Amino acid sequence: MTINELFSTLSQSLWVWLATDVLLWVLFVLFLFSVVVIVRSPLQRAVWQKVFRQRLAVVSTVLLAIAASFALLDSIHLREPLPRLTPEASVRYSVEVNSVLDLILTDLRKNHEKTYSAPLAVNLAALEPVTVSMPDGAVEVRREAPRLKVAGSIFPPGPVDDTTYWLDVLQRVSLGALGGALLFALLWLGCLMARRVLTSNPQSNRVAWRWVGLTLGVVFITGGVFTGLSTNFHVFGTDKVGQDVLYQVLKSLRTALVIGLVPTLVTLPLGIALGLSAGYFRGKVDDVIQYIYTTVSAVPGVLLIAASVLSIQVMIDNHPEWFATAVERGDIRLLALCIILGMTSWTGIARLLRGEALKMREYDYVQAARAFGVGAGQILLRHVLPNVFPIILITLVMEFSSLVLAEAVLSYIGIGVDPTMFSFGLMINNARMELSRDPVVWWSLTAAFLFMVILVLAANLLADAVRDALDPRSEGQS
Amino acid sequence: MFAYILRRVLYAIPILIGVNLITFALFFMVNSPDDMARMQLGVKRVTPEAIQQWKAERGYDKPLFLNEASTGVAQVTDTIFYSKSLTLFAGEFGRSEDGREIGREIRERMGPSLAIAIPTFLVGLGLTVSLALFLVLFRGTWLDRTGVVLCVGLMSISSLFFIIGGQFIFARMLQLVPISGYESNPLVAWHFLILPVTVAVVAGIGGSTRWYRTLFLEEIGKDYVRTARAKGLSDTAVLFRHVLRNGLIPILTGVVVVIPTLFMGSLLIESFFGIPGLGSYTIDAIAAQDFAVVRAMVFLGSVLYLLGLILTDLSYTLVDPRIRLK
Repeated sequence: MTINELFSTLSQSLWVWLATDVLLWVLFVLFLFSVVVIVRSPLQRAVWQKVFRQRLAVVSTVLLAIAASFALLDSIHLREPLPRLTPEASVRYSVEVNSVLDLILTDLRKNHEKTYSAPLAVNLAALEPVTVSMPDGAVEVRREAPRLKVAGSIFPPGPVDDTTYWLDVLQRVSLGALGGALLFALLWLGCLMARRVLTSNPQSNRVAWRWVGLTLGVVFITGGVFTGLSTNFHVFGTDKVGQDVLYQVLKSLRTALVIGLVPTLVTLPLGIALGLSAGYFRGKVDDVIQYIYTTVSAVPGVLLIAASVLSIQVMIDNHPEWFATAVERGDIRLLALCIILGMTSWTGIARLLRGEALKMREYDYVQAARAFGVGAGQILLRHVLPNVFPIILITLVMEFSSLVLAEAVLSYIGIGVDPTMFSFGLMINNARMELSRDPVVWWSLTAAFLFMVILVLAANLLADAVRDALDPRSEGQS
Repeated sequence: MFAYILRRVLYAIPILIGVNLITFALFFMVNSPDDMARMQLGVKRVTPEAIQQWKAERGYDKPLFLNEASTGVAQVTDTIFYSKSLTLFAGEFGRSEDGREIGREIRERMGPSLAIAIPTFLVGLGLTVSLALFLVLFRGTWLDRTGVVLCVGLMSISSLFFIIGGQFIFARMLQLVPISGYESNPLVAWHFLILPVTVAVVAGIGGSTRWYRTLFLEEIGKDYVRTARAKGLSDTAVLFRHVLRNGLIPILTGVVVVIPTLFMGSLLIESFFGIPGLGSYTIDAIAAQDFAVVRAMVFLGSVLYLLGLILTDLSYTLVDPRIRLK
């Protein structure tokens, strides 16, 4: 789809704002807001410069940002207009809900094969009976792997000769890499110019910028290679129904990010409010709050999630009239899953913050504030909360990776995201059966593995870097 | 000491009642028994009579909290809350969807679960503590840094990949062990157990090693270590005689919480390797939407967790003489 087509579709379509779309964008705005706050305060800026002086932190942040941009593009949904039957008829919209990412990846999305095919293959990974007419006029039925419908369609029919195949692959790889490198060079040049104009001291933090450049370069070139190959092949092969696996992993990024981020909207208010007030007020309040979180954490996490998801599932199944499209139903289920995950995971942060508040209420500045007659709410908000901010942040980033990993397990048990959606968990779940096929279908699992490990590893490394920089206790270690 | 334990046990009771209320709310108030019946019966067989019969068979046809049709005590006892939730305290778990007694099923499946969980626990603990000590011994060197990065890498891989990969390589390609299954005869059982235990240990290495390393490092920064070094003790002697023993306190107390929950088995490992333990029982129940079994497992799990908390407090006094419980 060209850029022009994309914009004309965008302007004519009916926009659909799914609940998780809105939440993801709200989170993005909150993120931008906190970036502004950090940049404005000299103290915060110094702390974050410490974080980004570490190479791994920079690389991880760039990778996470790229994943986030895919997820955000995938979070603008719309329904395309149907062709009008008569010129006077009112506009009607398709029931199919697509995202902007879907529109950009239209070729990947629509180029279906019949069933499994290996990465970069031109033949199906399954045998089919083929009738062959022999030169002497006899007809023979053989079982062989037929050519794919879409991939390799520029080659003449019949078996593809090795040299032509590899030349074609090589050509597409090099053209793609070149395109990616060019795009990156343009972008980088623009950034350099902007930096020269904007900052007075271009020498500051040079190491970090070099690593931003390196990571972006690698990602752009990989992206270029993938795009180049996708014009004639399936980079990661196709799955059982013949869908491109690359498309599936790209779509799974959004699900992973929603699962990793949206629960914090529940965890944070609950954890902060209950944890801080338990530690600060002590006494009866503390008893009640401790009782609540001991009770919630006493229930085995997976079972609590399973019980809640099953209940929600029954509710959704009994009210099909609530949802206009299947995508909306899947989305509500995803939202419910996020809320449930948030409700079950706030206890950790609450316990942590309770301990901190207990310690902090005895500090001189808090006592001084109390002596001046500052209200409890004000003290918590202005004197305690800013000082536990690093702990909250570290917990959040660590929570992100554990939530993304949890999604895979939950989807495997069947209490995760809706089976009509794309997610790493669902891909892994399907891949189990594929490994016992002959020939072995390994590509779905490998693709899901690669993308998931990169995402989670980036989050873990970032969490480590943030902890090293923000947590005064870890000073001097490692 | 005895008074302390008694108080802790008494404190566990309101928590269990809370757990009970949560599960009750989830299973009976968010969805009425009618919804459950419709779910279990499937689309084709849903008739008002079928729903009534389904509910009557399972005792779900009573009112939730208060039965106004009965008199006296039966007003409270002849309700779903009493018969389904409070009886859990007496260890009466009821029957599963296929009519089997859940209590007996739990007793039978505990063995296979423990056969996986205990070796995993012991081997895992020994291995991760030694690895952490090893990293601490070489702290600040490239060995330590690589080790930590490897740990973070291992932590970032979903356990599903370890299980699927292990099964594929060792059972399918190399055919060293059977892919799945279980045998109660211990002479044959190790054959089935070795792969799941290995996979479970490997999947847990990253997180625990890194955590234990941090604990040891925290210990190594303390004054008594400096004193010991100043006395002229060697680095290894300090590490094994002082740091290990003191560092074990937080490790031990962190680990004791887990011990009772070992009975619950591992959901993923058991279901992938076809081990008839409590973990796979739970997974099957979730897949079949068998609410009675899930309810029983929630209750059992929270009892074991609370038991773990009490044991943790007791273990503090055992390993750390500075702490006295009142």
